[in-house]
Amino acid sequence: MKLDRRQFIKQAAISSAFATAGSLFPGISFGDWNRLAGNSALITWQKSPCRFCGTGCGLLIGVNNNRAVAVKGDPACSVNKGLCCMKGYHSVQALYGKDRLTTAKIRKNGSMVEVPIQEALDLVASKLKETREKHGKDAVAMYGSGQWTIPDGYVASKLFKGCLGTNNLEANARLCMASAVTGFMTSFGLDEPMGCYEDIDYADVFVTWGNNMAEMHPVLFSRMVANRKRRKDVTIIDFATRLTRTSQASDKSILFKPQTDLAVANAICYEIIRNGWVDSNFVGEHVSFHKGKTNIGYGTEDHFSFKDKAESIDFEEFKAFLDDYTPEKVEKISGVKAEDIKYLASLYGDPTLKVTSFWCMGMNQHTRGTWINNLVYNIHLLVGKISTPGNSPFSLTGQPSACGTVREVGTLTHKLPHGVVMNEKHRKLAAEIWDVPVTNIDPKPSNHTVAMFRALDRGDIKFMWIQVTNPMVTMPNLKRYRDGAKKDDRFIVVSDVYPTPTTDIADVILPAAMWIEQEGLYGNSERRTQHFAQIVDPPGEAMSDTWQIIEVARRLGFTKQFSWSEDDYIEKIWEEYRRFHAGPKHEMAPYQVLKARSGVQWPFVDGKETRWRFNPKYDPACTNGKDFDFYGKKNNRAWIWARPYEPAAESPDSEYNFWLNTGRVIEHWHTGSMTRRVPVLHNAVPSAYVEIHPEDAAELGVVDGEKVRIISRRGEIVMPAQIKGRGVPARGMVFVPFFDESYLINEVTLDAFCPISKQPDYKKCAVKLEKA
Amino acid sequence: MPIFSYLAIPKTEAKEKLCIELSALDHCQIMPADNQDIVVLVTDTPDESTEKRLQERLKKLQHLQSLSMAFGYDEKNDKGEQTDHET
Repeated sequence: MKLDRRQFIKQAAISSAFATAGSLFPGISFGDWNRLAGNSALITWQKSPCRFCGTGCGLLIGVNNNRAVAVKGDPACSVNKGLCCMKGYHSVQALYGKDRLTTAKIRKNGSMVEVPIQEALDLVASKLKETREKHGKDAVAMYGSGQWTIPDGYVASKLFKGCLGTNNLEANARLCMASAVTGFMTSFGLDEPMGCYEDIDYADVFVTWGNNMAEMHPVLFSRMVANRKRRKDVTIIDFATRLTRTSQASDKSILFKPQTDLAVANAICYEIIRNGWVDSNFVGEHVSFHKGKTNIGYGTEDHFSFKDKAESIDFEEFKAFLDDYTPEKVEKISGVKAEDIKYLASLYGDPTLKVTSFWCMGMNQHTRGTWINNLVYNIHLLVGKISTPGNSPFSLTGQPSACGTVREVGTLTHKLPHGVVMNEKHRKLAAEIWDVPVTNIDPKPSNHTVAMFRALDRGDIKFMWIQVTNPMVTMPNLKRYRDGAKKDDRFIVVSDVYPTPTTDIADVILPAAMWIEQEGLYGNSERRTQHFAQIVDPPGEAMSDTWQIIEVARRLGFTKQFSWSEDDYIEKIWEEYRRFHAGPKHEMAPYQVLKARSGVQWPFVDGKETRWRFNPKYDPACTNGKDFDFYGKKNNRAWIWARPYEPAAESPDSEYNFWLNTGRVIEHWHTGSMTRRVPVLHNAVPSAYVEIHPEDAAELGVVDGEKVRIISRRGEIVMPAQIKGRGVPARGMVFVPFFDESYLINEVTLDAFCPISKQPDYKKCAVKLEKA
Repeated sequence: MPIFSYLAIPKTEAKEKLCIELSALDHCQIMPADNQDIVVLVTDTPDESTEKRLQERLKKLQHLQSLSMAFGYDEKNDKGEQTDHET
């Protein structure tokens, strides 16, 4: 039986109904339903992780006649237990947009011309070689993504760091997760959460820190809400700068002024100590106290550099540091009532309550992103609520493999698949596994993402290869970086699945295989590695990003390092890569295990997944004989940091009198290049808008749908107002989603970043508004 | 030639009976939830008059509490976003 267009639409109808049921009845499952298979005899189902957010939901993809035609939640996957969100249910339709890139193109005399992909790959290799020879190894760069598969990122790292000898390798996860990484590293010495999603089933209290989970991690949010319904005594607190669907569903919504989460977190610690809620045994055995540099800058200037320096302090010094953060003092800074700060502290401080804190972009896209991550860990550490079921400070990721590919493989300038380029032992291990001279690997990090695009603008970088990401929509202070990329002697290669503003500036476009059109692996927010097979064929000449890199590497003469066969290269790459993580602290599951299961958590030791790290009941890497072992730090302790409140890089003033906050909506994935090609999702939210508080709108004389001009010191944009929509910002703030390339809000944003993580702050800059 | 999908809510403890009623109707496909009293109903009719007749029959079902539409399709309105990038 051949599946026709009408049957395809019928599958969309089914998917929509499932999505609606999922949003209205959290936890609803259609896992045992098999009538569809019965009615359409040729549909076969294969597992895959969802290709969108970092939750890592397991999907079953229905395939007919080499076409993905249906999706249902995988009941065997512990992440989502058969549930999906609306993006998940419609995900396969993103493969079939009418303007899918299927052939390679190169720029000739100013126009893009179709060429065979092998010819385009020849050009990429020759330009890379020529640029490197003429301008040096650091004149070439690669910019990838948390949507890269693990093999994509691994071969990119091997080629650029191991073979070409440049650390100009970055990924867009720098824009979303870098502060989470530096937060983990500074507090625990090891990256990624100690807990897992099972914490949701045990926690009594959830605090979402600047995190609109109802839209950004809807399946996890549904699990939270379902627990509240089932267990009755569960409390959800939304702590944010604007009212969202998460606020609506929470038991209490607390709004704070942008950037002042730093002060509130310190005030919570102050209250915990003042009330005697500190778990003294835990702190005495497992925690040490430290302070770092202050007044650390914002990175808005080229060649900005910063290195923190840790100094040990004792508990009394930490306590004295917190004297500046009484609830009453912090109320004046943050706008949060002292009684609400005390209430939050009482939840964390009550020894009978298990508390899980969730956060994502609100804390990470922050000019003090590392600090605010540290401060939430401080709270959990003071009361000993960590590394046990339900007690979890939990940093969520935004992309399907921000953890798996960027953080674990290490596709950032300073990283290697195990460790960092600065460490000789780590360089030696990489050189041995990669079969390259150790001297190939540069011991000095080069450019983080913002610095890389600044170097491209200045001309220090002249060749850049961009895969699976859309920086000409997402870079802050966008105009500078777009103008830089378009300069005459820059050569830009873009591998993607659809035309975007980034392919617009390309000299070569390589058509990429997308998601289940290739075999691959992702790694989600809870240390879960997820394998997916190639389920359908890619269109035209589209090729996996991994294989594109291998093709270029071979043309550059690295055949020995990239000798895999097209038949089994993913398996071979995986088995080579997992050598980097051998040992109980990060052991990865073998390929065959991953192939058979709907995801496996690492450390995977003796056939067993590790649910909670640093706790010997669950974690075989603990060896100190105590009830916890924070083995990431040399002193086997978790670190509490004294980090002060410092203001944002740019705050509203008399001229630019509004905060601008940017972010996402549930219907669209990041820049919308895929989800805007899914009719149901596109029609649900067809264009971007600016959310304005009703009283601010009234003062401006703007009604819903009227055009507003948003002006910053960097640019301006005109877009329709949304008043009393799904989100309502506080007075003096506007919010704009960034999914719509017709309204490039990053023309307006500021490229300030956290000096430690180098992650930009997309949540805070100053703008003024005019009725357009 | 419309296609619709709905969430069908049965009357109290009547999910199985509702499934039997819906299964007996032409142009209907059902997918009962495993763990809730909810049934997904998809209708696919060849023309408007058949669709109208089906709607009438659905209204008369003994064990149906309510229907909420989740998806509706007609051929005039199925175009996604198009862009005009230089490629």
